[in-house]
Amino acid sequence: MNKIIEKEFITSDLFRMKVEAPEIARKRKAGQFIILIVDEKGERIPLTIADADSDAGWIALVAQIVGKTTKVLSLLEVGDSIRDLAGPLGKPTHIEKYGRVVVIGGGVGIAPAHPIAQAMKEGGNTVISILGGRTKELVIMEEEMKAASDTVIITTDDGSYGNKGFVTDALQKLIDDGVFINLVVAVGPPIMMKFVSKLTKKYEIETIVSLNTIMVDGTGMCGCCRVSVGGETKFVCVDGPEFDGHKVDFDEMMKRIQMYKPQEKEAMDRFLSE
Amino acid sequence: MDDKNLTPKERLKIPPQEMPEQDPAERINNVDEVPYGYTEELARMEADRCLQCKNKPCIKGCPVEIDIPEFIKAIAEGNFRESVRIIKETNILPAICGRVCPQEEQCQRYCIVGKSHKSVEKAVQIGKLERFVADWEMKNGEAERPEIRKSTGKKVAVVGSGPAGLTVAAEVRREGHDVTVFEALHKPGGVLIYGIPEFRLPKAIVMEEVENLKKMGVEVRYNSVIGKIFSIDELFEKGYDAVFVGTGAGLPNFLNLPGENLNGVYSANEYLTRANLMQAYSFPETDTPTANSRNVAVFGGGNVAMDSARTALRLGAENVYLVYRRSRKEMPARVEEVEHADAEGVQFLLLQNPVNLIGDEDGWIKQVECIKMELGEPDDSGRRRPIPIEGSEFRIDIDTCIIAIGNSSNPLIPDTTPDIETNRWGNIVTDDETMKTSKKGVFAGGDIVLGAATVILAMGQGRKAAVAINEYLETGQW
Ligand SMILES: Cc1cc2nc3c(=O)[nH]c(=O)nc-3n(C[C@H](O)[C@H](O)[C@H](O)COP(=O)(O)OP(=O)(O)OC[C@H]3O[C@@H](n4cnc5c(N)ncnc54)[C@H](O)[C@@H]3O)c2cc1C
Ligand code: SF4
Ligand code: FES
Repeated sequence: MNKIIEKEFITSDLFRMKVEAPEIARKRKAGQFIILIVDEKGERIPLTIADADSDAGWIALVAQIVGKTTKVLSLLEVGDSIRDLAGPLGKPTHIEKYGRVVVIGGGVGIAPAHPIAQAMKEGGNTVISILGGRTKELVIMEEEMKAASDTVIITTDDGSYGNKGFVTDALQKLIDDGVFINLVVAVGPPIMMKFVSKLTKKYEIETIVSLNTIMVDGTGMCGCCRVSVGGETKFVCVDGPEFDGHKVDFDEMMKRIQMYKPQEKEAMDRFLSE
Repeated sequence: MDDKNLTPKERLKIPPQEMPEQDPAERINNVDEVPYGYTEELARMEADRCLQCKNKPCIKGCPVEIDIPEFIKAIAEGNFRESVRIIKETNILPAICGRVCPQEEQCQRYCIVGKSHKSVEKAVQIGKLERFVADWEMKNGEAERPEIRKSTGKKVAVVGSGPAGLTVAAEVRREGHDVTVFEALHKPGGVLIYGIPEFRLPKAIVMEEVENLKKMGVEVRYNSVIGKIFSIDELFEKGYDAVFVGTGAGLPNFLNLPGENLNGVYSANEYLTRANLMQAYSFPETDTPTANSRNVAVFGGGNVAMDSARTALRLGAENVYLVYRRSRKEMPARVEEVEHADAEGVQFLLLQNPVNLIGDEDGWIKQVECIKMELGEPDDSGRRRPIPIEGSEFRIDIDTCIIAIGNSSNPLIPDTTPDIETNRWGNIVTDDETMKTSKKGVFAGGDIVLGAATVILAMGQGRKAAVAINEYLETGQW
């Protein structure tokens, strides 16, 4: 049982929670995730650790309401507990001094991008962060990202905040402006990561993406999270979640994460009608 | 019947007693256990078939050497409590083993009664008797718990709560050591809980055995992935004096076929975990979904394949094909499971092998292409090697495919503990007798050492490890 000690809605369907988990807080590194079960009948879902405080003993999670589980999670209040929480899982982000690193976070992906930007900065890199959202209110954690980066660029699809356009437009502009980039790290919707990787491939800029597949155990036991990377099958939960963006088969992955859409809708409708 | 007056000849005349079971047409609509178990009368009748052989040949076939004729004698005499006590001297989980052990390859294979009838199927039904007394104990009040020695102040960490880990926990705790079991998942039991289905091993039994361990003072910590939350070295730093690694063979093998990552293609581990551990059979009552399948192909011929096929039927599939590259005789599954699958309507496609998985434009599996096989010369395993017949390819329409061709060792611990030696299959290398690994203070056993094996072999290694751990903690000598 892990107690919720803070909760806030960032938008009507995006929320952030601080959860008591002293051992995970102490152990976790940038890029790692947890698996949680909300209640007795709950499913196991992975969420990236967005932040942590090892002294205070909490980790922060950011989630978007996309189905029943995230909905139920969002309804828990401060003082309530999450039934099961396992982590830290996955391999941490590989941190070294690359030089100039562009960290791209799209929508709810900004949350997991945050600790990566922090760690890259601490690792002695110059960090340029590009934050993208469909509209202004979906550009989250701007202050935190500013603290973790040298420069922050914001894009919105509808132009309601920052530059109008996609994160790839902002990245293209950096490249066109002659900014030398040693590494790109992209975290966000698969389609965003796909197009970022496509762009950087053209310019041969090394690119890391963090994949958010469906998972069950998160320990490498079931293979539900498998993706094709460079023609080989990899398990996101133990081999990842970060992979070389130029090698990931995003089309296959995007199909796989749609696998339970009808069931997810059924569960959500049923929950809302109760 | 007065047992003592039965002559061996009369005993040999008693036919093997069948366990009453749910009707196949009925049971594919529920997940309840298939056989109901013996009644007292049936059990005593079956026990009367035992000849009480002086040299006890059946014991030779039992990996933990249960005193089989003695426990059977106690049943014949109606002394069920004594019977369980005898079994539990060497096997702490009889309700589980009675249900899942491959008795026809173990004790029952050596049984003189079977040999006299020239049929292992006519052997004394040792497993069913074991199940009967274990169930009797569970139904009749508190299970007897072993005496716990005075606290030694020593601490042992057991990694993994499968049959190997549970056995170690019990046997080490008995000696008065503190035991903490670290389990990666949110429930205990390993394969017993996530893999083997409810209809074959009710989960309440596994949970009750773990409750008994807790009552003995064993602490169980769930959601604790060792190698991630603590390394083995950190366990020692936290004050554990010895560590047992029983992390199992939880790494699903795939066939490396084209189309293996299509939607609707599962490893058996995933399919069974969704159904059992996550109770997807109650979706949307529970939150974990699984495929809504109509036509399912399962690849493999072992227990895992049978469990997957029978689970698919219970989840509502209309056609379940079991594709196996050898013939029925070579199937490694327990005979009872093959028979149950057959009776329930699983369609066996024998001497056939999948070669290609074909998807539709949305990325869903729609067909499997198989090739026919014939049996050639025996291979290393002694079974005849299947050889593809050229040009015999054909396709089956399916919407779900379950790959049940085995598991390899879970690499989490070896990857994060480089000073534990492994072999080329990733299994941890141990001393055969003491289960000591190459790292001081660390023991290992079960599937992580044996590769995917059996419950009873995992328990057998757990017992050996426990003896060695207890000795190591007493003498401090490695
Ligand atoms: C579907 C299926 C059906 C089977 N049917 C039969 C049968 O009928 N009869 C039979 O005898 N055998 C059967 N087997 C085989 C049998 O279940 C195994 O041989 C046995 O369970 C092995 O026991 P174990 O204790 O070594 O490991 P497991 O039962 O695999 O347990 C290992 C445990 O360790 C945990 N773990 C792994 N890594 C970590 C970590 N890093 N930190 C913490 N915990 C960890 C796992 O979550 C798991 O709970 C079957 C197997 C399967 C998959
Ligand atoms: S071999 Fe068979 S008949 Fe003989 S003691 Fe064992 S169970 Fe009884
Ligand atoms: S989630 Fe099961 S192997 Fe990755």
